[in-house]
Amino acid sequence: MHYILEILPSLLSGAGMTLQIFLWTLIGSLPLGLILSLGLISKIKPLQWLINFYVWLMRGTPLLLQLIFVFYGLPLIGVVFPRYEAALFAFILNYAAYFAEIFRGGLQAIDNGQYESARVLRLSYGQTIRKIVIPQVVKIVIPSVGNEVINLIKDSSLVYVIGIGDLLRAGNVATARDVTLVPLVLVAVLYLLLTAVTTFVLRQVEKRYSYWK
Amino acid sequence: MLELKNITKRFGDRTIINKLNLTVKDGEILSIVGPSGAGKTTLLRCITGLEKVDGGDFLVDGKPFDPFTNRSNDSVIGVVFQNFELFPHLTVLQNITLAPTMVLKQSEADAQAAANKLLARLNLSDHGDQYPYQLSGGQQQRVAIARALAMKPNVLCYDEPTSALDPNLRQEVEKLILGLKADGMTQIVVSHDLTFAENIADEMLHVEPNQTK
Repeated sequence: MHYILEILPSLLSGAGMTLQIFLWTLIGSLPLGLILSLGLISKIKPLQWLINFYVWLMRGTPLLLQLIFVFYGLPLIGVVFPRYEAALFAFILNYAAYFAEIFRGGLQAIDNGQYESARVLRLSYGQTIRKIVIPQVVKIVIPSVGNEVINLIKDSSLVYVIGIGDLLRAGNVATARDVTLVPLVLVAVLYLLLTAVTTFVLRQVEKRYSYWK
Repeated sequence: MLELKNITKRFGDRTIINKLNLTVKDGEILSIVGPSGAGKTTLLRCITGLEKVDGGDFLVDGKPFDPFTNRSNDSVIGVVFQNFELFPHLTVLQNITLAPTMVLKQSEADAQAAANKLLARLNLSDHGDQYPYQLSGGQQQRVAIARALAMKPNVLCYDEPTSALDPNLRQEVEKLILGLKADGMTQIVVSHDLTFAENIADEMLHVEPNQTK
């Protein structure tokens, strides 16, 4: 117990870093994914190809590789990101690609009649997307987005590779130093807590959207 | 008065509508009947601006008007879709007030007052706060009518108003449409139900599948 209290501060500070990366990635990648998904269903073919290529690139290569590429690779051509910014840059670009595909599915699930009905009521494209389409898409995509959000909590541990002190790294350091499994078990418990809270929040969001069918 | 002159519509090399001339007088009901595949719905979609015509002119009170591009704020054509296409995430009242507030820039209070009047007129006063999924088919249709009327159209169009409803509701729809006629509404009704169409029509238009390709 004494040992746990001793290492807990460093683990919690690691968890703080994990949370920061988690939240900023969501704040960046959800809107970006939405914009990309509108491009994916647009009638402008070159735009579609471009975004499809982007999605293929981001989903087709390991996130770990992307992290290494941004932090260790890009400086070779003169683009230097500090560690933390490099991590966010890679995570946002990567997750936006997954979200774009999820939103595309949601957008395509909206019946064409909804667009036509908005059109004969003379709503503009922007008004239709904002007032008619997005509220319905959000409801459709919540479960799949939730899946990615849970994944993100754990994916954030990949930042150890560019030397960021997150939760996993904090546990790893303590285990290596003190030769005990306890820190790793605590790390697992903290991840489980994070996912439990996230799952609860997602359920609440889902509930909030259950007022209509 | 709505006039169609030499309206032509093709899909690829198939001519669906060939040089059609048509006049709908103010306050009258035009029924468009014919077997499936004859192009009734296509004609209605041209009038409502959901399809672009390949030739011909539309005139409203003698003035030329292009339903496909006319996006100005004086709404000419209102539409009640076969499946109503209500917005499922909005209450009945919000369904009706959305376009008047966003497109006609009416104040929320004005739009709600107008919507409540329409709801009372269509026997829906108790349903303003309900969501579309909570209503019966006939009620949903009346909400769709109220939503279209809230934009104060010159002409109200229906696509197969009886087909999504119980057969015994047919007379209700007849009464409703004739009631709106008594209020002075000009209406165009597409139907494959000949008896229904004849019961309400001042003018009938029979469309036949086009032989020419």
